[in-house]
Amino acid sequence: MGTRRDFVKHTACLSLAFTLPMEPRTRFGIVESDAPGSSFEPSAFLRIDADGAITIWANKSEMGQGIRTSMAMAVAEELEADWSKVHILQASTSPKFGDLGVTGGSQSTRGTFKPYRIVGATARELLISAAANEWQVDRAACRAELGFIVHGNRKKAFGDLVAAASKLEPPKNPPLKDPTDFRIIGTDVKRLDGPDLVSGRAQFGSDIRLPGMLYASVERCPVFGGKLKSVDDVAAKAVPGVKHVITISSGVAVLADNSWAALNGREALKLQWDEGPNADMDSAKIREQFKARLKTPGKVVRKEGQGMAALGPKRIEATYDCPFLAHATMEPMVGVADVKPGRCEIYAPSQGPGWSMAAIKQATGLGADQIEVHIPLLGGGFGRRSMPDFIIEAVQCSKVAGVPVMVQFSRPDDMRHDFYRPGTLHHLSASLADSGRPHAWHHRFTGPSIAASLGMSWPPEATELSGAADLSYEIPNLQVEWAQSDTPIPLGFWRAVPASFNPFVTECFLDELAHAAHKDPLVYRLTLLKQDEKRKVGRDELDPKRLRQVLELAAEKAGWQAWHLAKRAKGRGLGIAAHAYLECGSYVAQVAEVQVMPDGTIKVHRVVCAVDCGLAINPLNIRAQMEGGIIYGLSAALYGEITLEKGRVVQDTFATYPVVKMADSPKVEVHIVKSQLPPGGVGEPGLPPLAPAIANAIFNATGKRLRSLPLTPEKVLKA
Amino acid sequence: MTRVQFSVNGYSKAVEVDPDMPLLWVLRDTLGLTGTKFGCGKGICGACTLHLGGEAVRACQTPIKDVADKAVTTIEGLSKDGTHPVQKAWLEADVAQCGFCQPGQIMQAAWLLQQHPHPTDGDIDAGMAENICRCGTYQRIRCAIHRAAGDPCGTGKGV
Ligand code: FES
Ligand code: FES
Repeated sequence: MGTRRDFVKHTACLSLAFTLPMEPRTRFGIVESDAPGSSFEPSAFLRIDADGAITIWANKSEMGQGIRTSMAMAVAEELEADWSKVHILQASTSPKFGDLGVTGGSQSTRGTFKPYRIVGATARELLISAAANEWQVDRAACRAELGFIVHGNRKKAFGDLVAAASKLEPPKNPPLKDPTDFRIIGTDVKRLDGPDLVSGRAQFGSDIRLPGMLYASVERCPVFGGKLKSVDDVAAKAVPGVKHVITISSGVAVLADNSWAALNGREALKLQWDEGPNADMDSAKIREQFKARLKTPGKVVRKEGQGMAALGPKRIEATYDCPFLAHATMEPMVGVADVKPGRCEIYAPSQGPGWSMAAIKQATGLGADQIEVHIPLLGGGFGRRSMPDFIIEAVQCSKVAGVPVMVQFSRPDDMRHDFYRPGTLHHLSASLADSGRPHAWHHRFTGPSIAASLGMSWPPEATELSGAADLSYEIPNLQVEWAQSDTPIPLGFWRAVPASFNPFVTECFLDELAHAAHKDPLVYRLTLLKQDEKRKVGRDELDPKRLRQVLELAAEKAGWQAWHLAKRAKGRGLGIAAHAYLECGSYVAQVAEVQVMPDGTIKVHRVVCAVDCGLAINPLNIRAQMEGGIIYGLSAALYGEITLEKGRVVQDTFATYPVVKMADSPKVEVHIVKSQLPPGGVGEPGLPPLAPAIANAIFNATGKRLRSLPLTPEKVLKA
Repeated sequence: MTRVQFSVNGYSKAVEVDPDMPLLWVLRDTLGLTGTKFGCGKGICGACTLHLGGEAVRACQTPIKDVADKAVTTIEGLSKDGTHPVQKAWLEADVAQCGFCQPGQIMQAAWLLQQHPHPTDGDIDAGMAENICRCGTYQRIRCAIHRAAGDPCGTGKGV
């Protein structure tokens, strides 16, 4: 248990509020505490009321990944609680909850599972002591069971013990349950938020309604880096319902007493922009910039053996490219701020309440103790909501208007003012040994840096390497180089971050090598993962056995062997890909079955997914996250592309930035490897293998190798 | 500004608003009924789906003047206590991830089941075609619709 103990004594309830020891967590090979302005030491909370109600405070934001339910399971398991009595609430940035940091990187389960178990175990031990004292018996003869403390055939409900328990000193090292005794963890538990979500009661950020709140719509410069030249707001102010027109740092905000008036007022604004140096920027220029940068060496981020010097004269070479992407969460960005003299309340669906604090302090001029960020449910996150922009806009509006203000992005605002997944260009060369195994592998790629774009103190490559520098296969001579090529496009974290593009490149190129060697792509992969010993890859540890196992499992369940022996239907293909998501300790392999029509249309019929995420806390949710990662990845693989023309993002709605819908959503089967290893993350790992599995299946179906995302019918016809 | 009278979930309401204001904003901002979601405002995503005179419509594409004297049912009024067969099936299949699209999905599905009491996978593809879910819950939605109809999840697609 942590050093600082803040044990709240209350006659009516048992409240536990500790600072919890955290597992050291890394992201992109960097200890998270390197992030600016955060200490990443969350607190956990539990209250048991006299009526037996159990309330748990979640210190990570819920965006659909099911973390609130997993946290509650961890507490309830150790507490031996009656699950029907468990409720979950959301921690705010109030000091009593500690620093909430950021919810991302598939780190929440890794970072909080044990601390939340300790919270439950501590409460259980206190309740046992309270009962033992009252019955004057040896506490070793007492146990907790489904909301009661039991001794022989006596039992007492938790609620009847809380008054006594709250007067006791919490134990230092409460024993944790043996995993073989788990009765909640490892079972399919439905989302605690489910009933609220299906009834319309659940409160998302955009559902916040405060007395006197105004609705704001913001016109921002269409060109990144442009500045406001002049504002004519006469017509805007004449729109009934419009209350204020305010110039803020990102543009001009129209505040009205309803969203419709705000939108109409904004439409009536006459603004002139100085579009600045990026007014001519377009996607073709960025592509040329990448091409030029790729000609000269980059920073060597991994080298094994002789590196590229071992490349023989007979090489297999390929160029791959991946586009910029928007997040397009279902709920467009939104934030509410209520700034008063000496006090600021924020209601924002944020993945980064801790990360946002510095910016909020700066925008308000207030201290952290005068600011509180409340976190409603997030209508999707995928990394986008770790940025503070929507909070700061609301703060700036509320500061001037003197009332609570909601800034609501429109769909085009959301798509055109995102923090995008970077585009990249890759060149790979390899030479094969006589056995067909790769003897040397050289991968040079270029793109802008997320870390640099966000002005983080991390090295610029830190956010770009997963899936490339941590290549899992045994290749004696290996060289990976990253060449920085920054653009004016704002960048941010997008589900799986660099593992959203690098594994597409490496897993497809490996497939190319397998075909060049006349080997089955599955067998080829397995022969390159022969050694059993764990090995260090960068800062993380790879367990080749776990990667092998998910490959074999996915292949077996997909009927890989039978498929490749059978006579194949025309246009149908099967492809395989895998990724060891080492930063969050999870391994995933996928087999995709596709059909390519004569007109180039790609239909994905089925995806079989095998996942080893260590201990499976909630299999029902793990399957959901794999399904979600696959569909999100499929939208990107088949359709996703953000392009620039005259410095402006072209795409504005789901009409121009299409996503997977019901009719094109494949059948997804998820198989979970049984494991007692520490639980890993599941929010991101389902995504990386999807695009390469599909591209490899397209090759299997047509003999055409697509090396550019998205995988469009035009590219199929041209290949 | 016009005065418009209509009913929402069985209660009669009168609002004094711009006649072109979409029903979506009347519900969310004027009446404080936030279950119906704003996802695009352009009729493309389905997040704002509700029932108007028994038909599934997009609230963001329905000016309030067209709602006069009609009956609106929103997610809040689909059932009193979340026990509509579609809601029950949704919980059974643990459909929701972030949940933001789900009010629209549920309202669309409830209407689909009125048209097709035992929908095929093809009926679901067509009926749910324009309801986007960015979290990728389509497979569970499909399964929940079949279950709400009293059918098994289906052989072709679904869990
Ligand atoms: S908000 Fe109405 S269809 Fe998207
Ligand atoms: S559940 Fe998140 S958009 Fe559908």
